[in-house]
Amino acid sequence: MFDTTHSVHAMARRELINFRIGPQEFCVDIMAVREIRGWTPTTPLPHAPAFIRGVVNLRGAVLPVVDLGVRLGLPPSEPTERHAIIVAQVGRQVIGLLVDAVSDILTVGDEAIQPPPDVASERVRAFVRGLLAIEGRLVSLVSLDHVLPAQELDAA
Amino acid sequence: MDPMAAIRDTFFQECEEQLGALETGLLTMEGGDCDPETVNGVFRAVHSVKGGAGAFGLDALVRFAHVFETALDDVRAGRLAPDGRVLGVMLRAADALADLVRVSRDGGATDAERDRLLVEDLKALSGSPQPQAPQPDAVASGSADGGDMDGFAFQPLRFELDAPPAPAEQNWTVRFRPEAGLYAKANEAAVLLRELGRLGSALVTLDASALPSFPDLHPEGAYLSWTIDLATAQPESAIREVFEFVEGDCELDIAPAAGQPPGDTGGIGDIDLAALIQQSQATMAAAPVAPGVGAPRAAEPAPDTGIPNPGRASRPADAATAPASKATIRVDLDRVDGLIDLVGELVINQAMLAQRVSEAGLPRSSNVALGLGDLEQLTREIQDSVMAIRAQPVKSVFQRMPRLVREVSAMTGKPVRLLTEGEGTEVDKTVIEHLADPLTHMIRNAIDHGLERPEDRAAAGKPADGTVRLAARHRSGRIVIEVSDDGGGINRARVRASAVAKGLIAPDAVLSDEETDNLIFLPGFSTAETVSDISGRGVGMDVVKRSIQALGGRIAIASRPGQGSTFTMSLPLTLAVLDGMVVSAGGQTLVTPLTAIIETLQPRTGDVHSLGSGATVIAIRGTFIPLVDVGVALGYRAEPLDPARGITLLIENEGCARAALLVDAIQGQRQVVIKSLEANYRRVPGVAAATILGDGRVALILDVDAIVAASRSAAGQAPEFTPAAGFAHV
Repeated sequence: MFDTTHSVHAMARRELINFRIGPQEFCVDIMAVREIRGWTPTTPLPHAPAFIRGVVNLRGAVLPVVDLGVRLGLPPSEPTERHAIIVAQVGRQVIGLLVDAVSDILTVGDEAIQPPPDVASERVRAFVRGLLAIEGRLVSLVSLDHVLPAQELDAA
Repeated sequence: MDPMAAIRDTFFQECEEQLGALETGLLTMEGGDCDPETVNGVFRAVHSVKGGAGAFGLDALVRFAHVFETALDDVRAGRLAPDGRVLGVMLRAADALADLVRVSRDGGATDAERDRLLVEDLKALSGSPQPQAPQPDAVASGSADGGDMDGFAFQPLRFELDAPPAPAEQNWTVRFRPEAGLYAKANEAAVLLRELGRLGSALVTLDASALPSFPDLHPEGAYLSWTIDLATAQPESAIREVFEFVEGDCELDIAPAAGQPPGDTGGIGDIDLAALIQQSQATMAAAPVAPGVGAPRAAEPAPDTGIPNPGRASRPADAATAPASKATIRVDLDRVDGLIDLVGELVINQAMLAQRVSEAGLPRSSNVALGLGDLEQLTREIQDSVMAIRAQPVKSVFQRMPRLVREVSAMTGKPVRLLTEGEGTEVDKTVIEHLADPLTHMIRNAIDHGLERPEDRAAAGKPADGTVRLAARHRSGRIVIEVSDDGGGINRARVRASAVAKGLIAPDAVLSDEETDNLIFLPGFSTAETVSDISGRGVGMDVVKRSIQALGGRIAIASRPGQGSTFTMSLPLTLAVLDGMVVSAGGQTLVTPLTAIIETLQPRTGDVHSLGSGATVIAIRGTFIPLVDVGVALGYRAEPLDPARGITLLIENEGCARAALLVDAIQGQRQVVIKSLEANYRRVPGVAAATILGDGRVALILDVDAIVAASRSAAGQAPEFTPAAGFAHV
């Protein structure tokens, strides 16, 4: 639905939310982002994988919060009030992404997005759909489609 | 949605209501109350189904409804006495009509042979010896139609146009101008005119002057009006009764034809409407018989049937009993649910605000705190009102039961009387929807297993008819539903033998009477010697118990040998909120459904014993019960809590097994709004749902059964759930 890999028009310029996790920079398509909130303590879920920080109350709805860094294979963050939660729509679900800081909105053409090189690990290739060079910095375009594990594998 | 499909849906919804009214009415009549309003209600129900079915071309339904209606009309007209035999046929006909409606909606086929026999029975009722029709010149009386089923469709419509008035007859001028609403409600002017014709001799004059030219013609508009010169011996009320169901949807003017012979106005062919109204008002002024009825109605049709109609003041009961008098609207359930969600958030927000204010150290007497108090009051009232929107009387599910009882009674050959109480008890719609299956099962069981055969009842000195009682009432914020029978009670020896044979209990187990009775709730338990159509497939009471528990309810059984059994279900009034015990375990705040908790107690160190590796039991009044550390079971802490420093909740889970949950502390008891975890995440083992507490934090609601089951299967291994496979996947 919000698959960032397929742009609508070849010439379209897309807007991306640029954020930072540790020393690395990432971005997601702005169309998937609903809002950005400050960090609030989460309620941990029993037996959840390490990248699930727990759930928070988003105006009456229960919002799972994913530590995006852990999901991408980085060390876990120690969230403070300066951390941000990007509330994003993935399919029919709404999830929160814990990031260190949201820095900018990037407007780029599709031609500026390069495919990730083969050297990247399988995990990186699962989530990173492209690379951008912005003012000499490397920014990875993250696809949110598989951030939460697939529902049909719930059978356990 | 296709507009036609939407109308069709509405029709079938209305059919359900009409069928309910039909059955209720017939049962009231069976109970000996043959009040004309009841009989009319029954007739109206069948008539409405027929009318709607005709509009959708559901011929089979129309044919059957027509035969049924004919028989009912005879009852209404006093030609047929509604005795037990007649009502028996009619109740079966109501069942068949319900089947036909269902088939018309969902497809499939009804039992054609049964329907045919019922049609014959109904016709036999209509055709049975009856006094000569009170009006000898009544035309097209349904009872005259004794021929084959197809004959009714073209009933002769014959009016005595030029008959001279009989000496006792009075002449009336009836002016009748239907509005579009009349046709929209599937009424038809021709039928009403035919009914008028049955009262005496009528001269009907059509006024088509208001009919526009074709391009201006609105397909659903109403343009025709009629003037009927009626000579009848019947009183005005009889004329008015013909138009009873279309009041408010037409301009109607009934006045004595001030000495005019009926032929006089026969020449009016295309008199315009203004002149008609003028004439009618003039007639009205000269008509002291019906003061104030015609004129205001002709000038301004009553917009609401709820407004008292002076013309019917002689029957004040109408306003109270007629279903039309209560204004209702249909609302999409999603909208109501959306409102309930919003109000749930309002409640949470209000609680958060209150907590912030108290944290800010404002005194309780400050204006802010007082204002918040008022806000809290209002919020609670709004919540109650919104919940009440979803609340429905259990009648909608109770009224399906008489039919079930009739069917099961016929299959088992046990005559049964069904008594219902508290049909007006209200409960949330979702609860009602989930009640039908368990109730059906329990009533089947009560008749099939509970009641003895008639000869055994006679031997025991009981009346031949068994009694099954279905009762609902509110008790301390919950709805309690009882299904009881006056049968033989639970045969404990047989239950025990069956449980032993199936390996459900050890042959030497010592069980109290209560425990023995509860064996019937075990999965795979069934005492029926032969598997019958009705019950005895071995998926009986355990399924009932599980579905009741899934609703947050409990079920209990009380049985006295020779006197019968009573099953008592206690259910929450709504599934949107839950009464919970707020506890803390492993540093987290959790909610335990109150229904699962039997008692809470403070364990002593000496009561807790280790059993093998990982498993712990606690001795409570001499019984060893498995002890589950909630903090460990949910992975919130690695090391078990010292039981002496915690609190145990004694719970009863599926299959009546008891277990004790060890938590750090109890924070209190409160009603919480249930929030889905699955909407944005997935099902979490050991967690039933989530809620939001007053501080705005999410708290998880425990799935007590799953936690106990998981710790039991994991005893000896790591006391944890197996990690969900999905998480291993990248």
